[in-house]
Amino acid sequence: MSAPNDNDLIDFVYHEARMLDERRYEEWLDLYAEDAYYWMPLAPGQEDPLLHASLLYEDKLLLRVRVERLLGQRTYSQQPHSRGHRLLQRPWIDREHPESDPAAGRHIVRTSFHYVETRGDDQTLYAGWATHHLVWQDRLRIRLKRVDLVNCDAAFANIQLFP
Amino acid sequence: MSHSQRYRSDPAAIRALVRDTEVHKDIFIDPELFQLEMERLFTRTWIYVGHDSQIPKPGDFFTTTVGDQAVVMVRHTDQSVRVLINRCAHKGVQLVTEPQGNTGRFFRCPYHAWTFKTDGSLLGVPLRKGYENTGFDDTEAKLGMPEVKAVHNHRGFVFCRLAPEGESFEEFFGESLSTLDNMVDRSPEGRLEVAGGVYRYIHRCNWKMLVDNQTDTCHPMVAHESSAGTAVKVWEEAPEGTPKPMAVELFAPFMSPYDFYENMGIRVWQNGHGHTGVTNSIHAAYSGIEGYVEQMEEAYGKERAHQILNDVRHNTCYYPNIMVKGPVQTLRIFKPLAADRTLVESWTFRLVGAPDKLLERTIMYNRLINAPTSVVGHDDLEVYERGQAGLNTRYRDWVNVARLYEPGEEERRNYVTNGTSEGLMRSEYRAWARYMTLEEGEAETPLAASGASSPSGRESQSDRRAVQ
Repeated sequence: MSAPNDNDLIDFVYHEARMLDERRYEEWLDLYAEDAYYWMPLAPGQEDPLLHASLLYEDKLLLRVRVERLLGQRTYSQQPHSRGHRLLQRPWIDREHPESDPAAGRHIVRTSFHYVETRGDDQTLYAGWATHHLVWQDRLRIRLKRVDLVNCDAAFANIQLFP
Repeated sequence: MSHSQRYRSDPAAIRALVRDTEVHKDIFIDPELFQLEMERLFTRTWIYVGHDSQIPKPGDFFTTTVGDQAVVMVRHTDQSVRVLINRCAHKGVQLVTEPQGNTGRFFRCPYHAWTFKTDGSLLGVPLRKGYENTGFDDTEAKLGMPEVKAVHNHRGFVFCRLAPEGESFEEFFGESLSTLDNMVDRSPEGRLEVAGGVYRYIHRCNWKMLVDNQTDTCHPMVAHESSAGTAVKVWEEAPEGTPKPMAVELFAPFMSPYDFYENMGIRVWQNGHGHTGVTNSIHAAYSGIEGYVEQMEEAYGKERAHQILNDVRHNTCYYPNIMVKGPVQTLRIFKPLAADRTLVESWTFRLVGAPDKLLERTIMYNRLINAPTSVVGHDDLEVYERGQAGLNTRYRDWVNVARLYEPGEEERRNYVTNGTSEGLMRSEYRAWARYMTLEEGEAETPLAASGASSPSGRESQSDRRAVQ
């Protein structure tokens, strides 16, 4: 397979959203590099994931725990299950980003989104921007997905899936 | 709010809600009792306000609530920490709404520019001559912002008691302050700083369900099997020789068996204060962090340093509404919003002078266990909300707290017992009944109007202030 063009990058982001919407978690996890992180900061513009709290800062092991837990018989907070829906604005390639280096197989894709999480009769809307740090390793994979909620510092109830 | 008035004038009816081994569902679901909690329990007891590292310089402020009262904690020009009710003396407008900031030498109302010094006293009113010969000096407005006079700063932790008279700080907390002391002592410099941001999240349940849960050692292996148990399982599938990740080290102890929790013990002090994890705890077996023990030994001497570090208390409850974990430097506050609504804030502290890695672990613990996105927290919230829903059914009226009840235990204080005892919960509910029914005159009055400029000649009660 040859190096990705812009459409490949954009399609990849849509594909990731589809895997989440359809709860195809094994296929979803497979989109992530082994050293990947899923980061959802707690503060606007946050730069440090280690010495400042985040809503999520999960390596692949923690993501796997989260996914396996969702399917467990004794996962009481998933009785009934939550469902998620993502509405994406067209992703765009951020070539100005300091980490962008297409020649080295590193691409940054930004996407505005609205995300709805629902469980039982409750439905909550979240909005924000996703930044995908993609790497080309014979196929595209996610090294970092950063999700900035516009109200990341608000007092939430449970957020159980992956905005 | 229009509530029924079943309990307000009937202390015996309130006392009857707390039996030796049962508590009535009304204390979790009744709006009138919630209102009385705000007026009585949260007025007569010492409530955590904030940490003085949040307001290092004069004019620095931090806005929060004490029970249902909006307050601002501020560093006054003389360096003392003041707690003021966040209300302009003129029309009642809240003076500050930012979570924190610096107000300079005074608060200025955004409505009519009345100004107040950082001790709450009225500084200036535009067009002052319009108040000449109006008797303004005899109005309440002349008193400025109400100041909470009973404020105590314990090694950085600022508490206040809204009622001007009542139990002293030392009387109220007794030996329980040893947990805060241990957390501070874990800094080689003997100092903590609030660091790393704060999680704020909403639970649709009564605040006491969260407090009750903090020393409930029979739930982790059940409610958290789905998270901690899965973490252990996923980790076991990792290739042999992979170093154990910090996250697994933090999750795994939740799956300890019942006898672990029985043997670790629980200590009941007084007034609902107590802690789990006397001789051992889920925080006991964390890996060492390079350089830290050496720093501690240098600062305190070998023996004292290890005495501090070997005190691995699990959850310490300071009744009514905070829980502290000394070994991981976290503090959670359960802010009551309504009978069925609670705001939780989960704070973290830096051990000043210690390696950053400790703060990193503290922050990871908080993220994995205490966030709105935490897989452990998800199942806790689920059971609280199911609890709130279940208690609203009829045909059963009581919540059971009988586990390991010992007749006569209500007379004991500062005792250690089986780690799965519900004795601390019983102590909490007894404290609840006591502060809800103190006799008329025992700190029943609302916050006294304050200020050195009091027109009626009332003495400022600054002798009660123990601010450092």
